[in-house]
Amino acid sequence: MNTQGKAFKYPDNVDTDVIIPARYLNTPDAKELALHCMEDIDTEFVKNVKQGDVMVAGWNFGCGSSREHAPLVIKTCGTGCVIAKSFARIFYRNAINIGLPILECEEAAEEINANDEVKVDFDTGVITNLTTGKTYKAQPFPPFIQNIIKCGGLLKSLKEGENNG
Amino acid sequence: MGMTMTQKILAAHAGLDKVEAGQLISAKLDIVLGNDITTPVAVNEFKKAGFDSVFDKDRVAIVLDHFVPNKDIKAAEQSKTCREFACSHCVSHFYDVGKMGIEHALLPEQGVVTAGDCIIGADSHTCTYGALGAFSTGVGSTDMAAGMATGTAWFKVPSAIKFNLTGKLPPNCSGKDVILTIIGMIGVDGALYKSMEFTGDGTHGLSMDDRLCICNMAIEAGAKNGIFPVDDVTMAYLNGRSERPPVVYEADADAEYEKVINIDLATIVPTVACPHLPENTHPASELHDIKIDQVVIGSCTNGRMEDMEAAYNILKGKKVADGIRVIIIPGTMQILRECVERGWYTAFIDAGAIVSTPTCGPCLGGYMGILAAGEKCIATTNRNFVGRMGHVDSEVYLASPHTAAASALTGYITEYKEEK
Repeated sequence: MNTQGKAFKYPDNVDTDVIIPARYLNTPDAKELALHCMEDIDTEFVKNVKQGDVMVAGWNFGCGSSREHAPLVIKTCGTGCVIAKSFARIFYRNAINIGLPILECEEAAEEINANDEVKVDFDTGVITNLTTGKTYKAQPFPPFIQNIIKCGGLLKSLKEGENNG
Repeated sequence: MGMTMTQKILAAHAGLDKVEAGQLISAKLDIVLGNDITTPVAVNEFKKAGFDSVFDKDRVAIVLDHFVPNKDIKAAEQSKTCREFACSHCVSHFYDVGKMGIEHALLPEQGVVTAGDCIIGADSHTCTYGALGAFSTGVGSTDMAAGMATGTAWFKVPSAIKFNLTGKLPPNCSGKDVILTIIGMIGVDGALYKSMEFTGDGTHGLSMDDRLCICNMAIEAGAKNGIFPVDDVTMAYLNGRSERPPVVYEADADAEYEKVINIDLATIVPTVACPHLPENTHPASELHDIKIDQVVIGSCTNGRMEDMEAAYNILKGKKVADGIRVIIIPGTMQILRECVERGWYTAFIDAGAIVSTPTCGPCLGGYMGILAAGEKCIATTNRNFVGRMGHVDSEVYLASPHTAAASALTGYITEYKEEK
């Protein structure tokens, strides 16, 4: 599994209220919600994002509300992966549970610039900045979490009885 | 090496004698919670995965609180989804309009959650119940669906930061000033993935409402949970209220903490978190030039009886400043009723404030007090992110009920000083 696309760069502490403002949360429809992804800090994101593109952010990405709508709209927009220095814990959990690939890599998150072409290999955790030629290695997930991802999300993993939860 | 209080609760619910920080476990859940925004997503996932029953109809709680009474047609559809699911699965703790309250004010009040519990909720402020001596944490809708289906959840056992509280709070301060001070000190990711364990002699002087407020905002420091030891204050609160017998866990004397932070409560001052992060804290006394347009007193952080009392004591017999909209939101129907019976409701109206039925409403920019571009609000809520209460160019200042009410009278951010 991998993704390749253009980088969208964001700062530290991107919260779920700007990823998807609560004023739109009167519907659970991911496609409708995705039209508003990031709009409070980046009105151009939804217009410009293409399938496979990569979000690159600083510390504590996804802090705030537990709304699963946040990783869901990022995924529904076509984003192939989020790379950050760190993730807020509920966002981290939600991303895994709904199948949005995320990687923690401080160096990559620092050095990748907006609009760089980035390739990510999820199996190895290798991030390649095709614009600069530099590669980075993110921490792989523990096996327990890899199993959830392999099954296509938490509920599928439970249904398949492949985890003891 | 011993275990922290959180680790003790997790070990017991995982059926293990011992757990260590970083260990992945599967734990039994005592309560699984959702609200009118997160439950519809969970219901979809639950159905899509092919589950046909909840693990225990008495251990699922669904509270309609974010957009009710329904703010629009779409919100009404979401409430309907929750209502139908609760009905078809005979969910005993289902709270609709008339019975509902803001979930984290309601569940402790109704005795649904208790000491020693292991709780997940599809709402980030589920960490509130740590005040009762429970392990309680926020999750997403998929985790809620899985929890409703299986009665279990996976956790990575957290390490902990110990906050050793000593002394006694000044009379113009409350739990809100304590937690804002702590977040200002350690930052919005200062406790990322960790437990915040509050201990020390100073904890005994904190009321249950103070503790609920402090644990409520543990998530604003990135924490997995916040927790207080069980003492006489806890048992007095739970007695006659708790549906299930409380179970008391204590941290081992040799428990390992990543860090110990000592806080003398006597040194706490009225504190305000300025836009746009809860860590951006300043003493209220340094912000008196900031003119405000709106005041909100309520939310899962500060919509409890002592919060209403603070507002009443400051606003009674006075008038709010010209041009200031003051919105007071009691957290539950019981609190609202109590405000009516004690005459506080009338006093609020006479002061020029309005009183709403319980709702999360303005806290998350839903309805009931949305801000226009350029407007400023001092609120007893929990987040001041960009656009949180309305327009992206509006601003939210987080404060205690004392500071918010005192500011309502002057129209500027104001430190409350007790009248002699």
